[in-house]
Amino acid sequence: MSTNTQRKGFGSTLWGFLTTVDHKKIAILYLIAGGFFFLVGGIEAMFIRIQLSEPNNHFVSAAEYNQIMTMHGTTMIFLAAMPLVFAFMNAVMPLQIGARDVAFPFLNALGFWLFLFGGLFLNCSWFLGGAPDAGWTNYASLAMNSKGHGVDFYVLGLQITGIGTLIGGINFLVTIINMRAPGMTYMRMPLFTWTTFVTSGMILFAFPPLTVGLVFMMFDRLFGAKFYEVAFGGNTVIWEHLFWVFGHPEVYILILPAFGIFSEVFAMFSRKRLFGYSSMVFATVLIGFLGFMVWAHHMFTTGLGPVANSIFAIATMAIGVPTGIKIFNWLFTMWGGSVKFTTPMHYAVAFIPSFVAGGVTGIMLASAAADYQYHDTYFVVAHFHYVIVGGVVFALLAGTHLYWPKMFGTMLNEVLGKITFWFFLIGFHLTFFVQHLLGLWGMPRRVFTYLPGQGLDTANFVSTIGAFLMATGVTIMLVNIVMTTVKNEKVSHDPWGDGRTLEWSISSPPPFYNFKQLPLVRGLDAYWLEKMEGKDGMIPAEPIGDIHMPNSSFIPFMISLGLFIAAFGAMYHAEHSNWAFPLMFIGLLITFGSMFLRSVKDDHGFHIHKEELMNDNKGVEV
Amino acid sequence: MMQIEEKFTFETWPASPEKATLEAKNKFLGFWLFLGGETVLFASLFATYLALKNRVPENSHMALAKDIFELPLTFVATMLLLTSSLTSVYAIYHMKNFAFKKMYLWFGITILLGAGFLGLEVYEFNHYVHKFHHTFTSSAFGSAFYTLVGFHGGHVAFGLLWILTLMIRNAKRGLNLYNAPKFYVASLYWHFIDVVWVFIFTVVYLMGMVG
Repeated sequence: MSTNTQRKGFGSTLWGFLTTVDHKKIAILYLIAGGFFFLVGGIEAMFIRIQLSEPNNHFVSAAEYNQIMTMHGTTMIFLAAMPLVFAFMNAVMPLQIGARDVAFPFLNALGFWLFLFGGLFLNCSWFLGGAPDAGWTNYASLAMNSKGHGVDFYVLGLQITGIGTLIGGINFLVTIINMRAPGMTYMRMPLFTWTTFVTSGMILFAFPPLTVGLVFMMFDRLFGAKFYEVAFGGNTVIWEHLFWVFGHPEVYILILPAFGIFSEVFAMFSRKRLFGYSSMVFATVLIGFLGFMVWAHHMFTTGLGPVANSIFAIATMAIGVPTGIKIFNWLFTMWGGSVKFTTPMHYAVAFIPSFVAGGVTGIMLASAAADYQYHDTYFVVAHFHYVIVGGVVFALLAGTHLYWPKMFGTMLNEVLGKITFWFFLIGFHLTFFVQHLLGLWGMPRRVFTYLPGQGLDTANFVSTIGAFLMATGVTIMLVNIVMTTVKNEKVSHDPWGDGRTLEWSISSPPPFYNFKQLPLVRGLDAYWLEKMEGKDGMIPAEPIGDIHMPNSSFIPFMISLGLFIAAFGAMYHAEHSNWAFPLMFIGLLITFGSMFLRSVKDDHGFHIHKEELMNDNKGVEV
Repeated sequence: MMQIEEKFTFETWPASPEKATLEAKNKFLGFWLFLGGETVLFASLFATYLALKNRVPENSHMALAKDIFELPLTFVATMLLLTSSLTSVYAIYHMKNFAFKKMYLWFGITILLGAGFLGLEVYEFNHYVHKFHHTFTSSAFGSAFYTLVGFHGGHVAFGLLWILTLMIRNAKRGLNLYNAPKFYVASLYWHFIDVVWVFIFTVVYLMGMVG
């Protein structure tokens, strides 16, 4: 037996997490780190709403507001939503396909540490002269003129985080293609696995353009290049293209896993097979494809011309079709089902009208001619919060309640869960519904204050009240998490009683090797099929045998730490060349040295022997 | 599934050692996907280069693409790199036939050709800077040129160090199912670098010289 499972004490637990390559532990790391950044981004949101609660407010200055607004967007997208999505992908997807781990456990850990160090680097800006202040889109025309190092923190921090995300995407793709259990054909994969698959493919093709755009800006701001310097022949529209070639797929990268989580929730708590499974798969793939064809709808007012605008407008509206397919399939899944209103189901049901509202404003914004009116107003702010909060955040909250028992072996309190839900739902609509009106009344986005007597006061105040309700909801959820963790009442392998997919067939939390014997998958909703035949476990597809497991490693941490150090060196090299260049060199030496070490040191992993597994009661019961 | 630690002979060596174990299969597929991402990366760099080609400060009389590129130098560099791709194919052919020494010979030649290419590139950059004052910071054209071609050159340098590291590390222990996939993906990477160069040769140099 590996020593991993028998370690005790804080120090060894910490070391266990620092060196882990187990997808379930990495999921917990993603959940904690993503949750932390979600709270940071939430506090920034509260500052924004407090500042805007009344006209001519001086809660923060204009310069501080720009930083808070920029960091709210950047944090929520890159450091909260992405890692929280990755948390559930890591926790659930390998179990859903009946795998013992992901394809590249080492790279999985590396992806997490790169994300964390990138996020920490970005947030160091608060203490080192000011955060980025050019908006989360960081348009070159603004960013190139931003004084101080704020934008450099953005550029370098996202660079590091982005590498981590790319690695994660490749890892999930290979895992799903190569490591499915016997019988788990593509068209038997749970929808969450399908959305993970398509999302990972999108990550693979969407992140490199961002990397390139960031490299250009890093070269311009720190090393004297001229990509965005118009006086030297540069062109700032290149940034807009590169950013949105990444940025639009990015929103689908976030929403598809959310669709996946809701598809699981609807099927589970309607206690029915997902309606139109194959059309759901088709719609997911189609959204993934069309997601790359629409980036210029963010640039209607840039001046690309009526032909480009028309093409991108039509492509954008076309995405409404597969999304509509999904909405109807979820409704029909509930139709005739025996619906159970658990906390995740509350979020799922509330998601449909909320998300559809965001979709409707999306079609409005897609009309290029009309967009000239909405552009850069609060109408846009309302739209993307309706899809991102009403879609992604609802799904993350639903997923937190749904998968908490699988990740931690204990269940969040349902009553508190529902109280959280109602605060969050009401707060959400109160905050963002009025912002549609504010936008139509002419309030521009990204302004730090407004004048009294322009008809904007009441709606802004209402919006702020809504934000406080959402914050209350999140606080109650934190209380719930603490209470649940303290009580720590252990639950069975199928705590909801309605589990359909493989993750519910093994103990909560699963043993570190997941499946003692790989399960035989006989159809969609594999575990449900067995339950319907009166069995409480999967049919094994193999005899008990030795299991090959990867070794823990501290190298992923070191590779990421090196880049974190090198980024400081790169940033300060212009004004402090005496120490900054050596620092950059040391950082890169740590990174490449660690990679070199990884390359030359053989790592064959270890085997759990058959006899030890026989004595272990966890895993698949025959 | 074959075991990673197993010792092999010519007779027992599998037909596709780069895909013989699950780890190797994963590595094989994962690396192909990584190259897909790299393709998008270079596509972004190419698109930017085309947008910024010949974009220099107005009224500056700076050298443009048609002034600086010369065919002979680029031709020699291209031949070196294309040949190195062929020699790496030979190396992998011998890897598949369990001919360890022959594999080393051909990888060795690959490294020499790659190093020759890199040397020419260093000379070329140096030449542009001193003769034409075409630098990384002089114009948007300069930044785009050195970034695109330099990213490729960086890949060549990384590939050289990678293959060299593999060769030194495995010099004394021959082929097995643990290191065979490593050699294989390194050669894939090398081919990818070669393909990118074909595009650079066409888009930057040939199209640059015709104006």
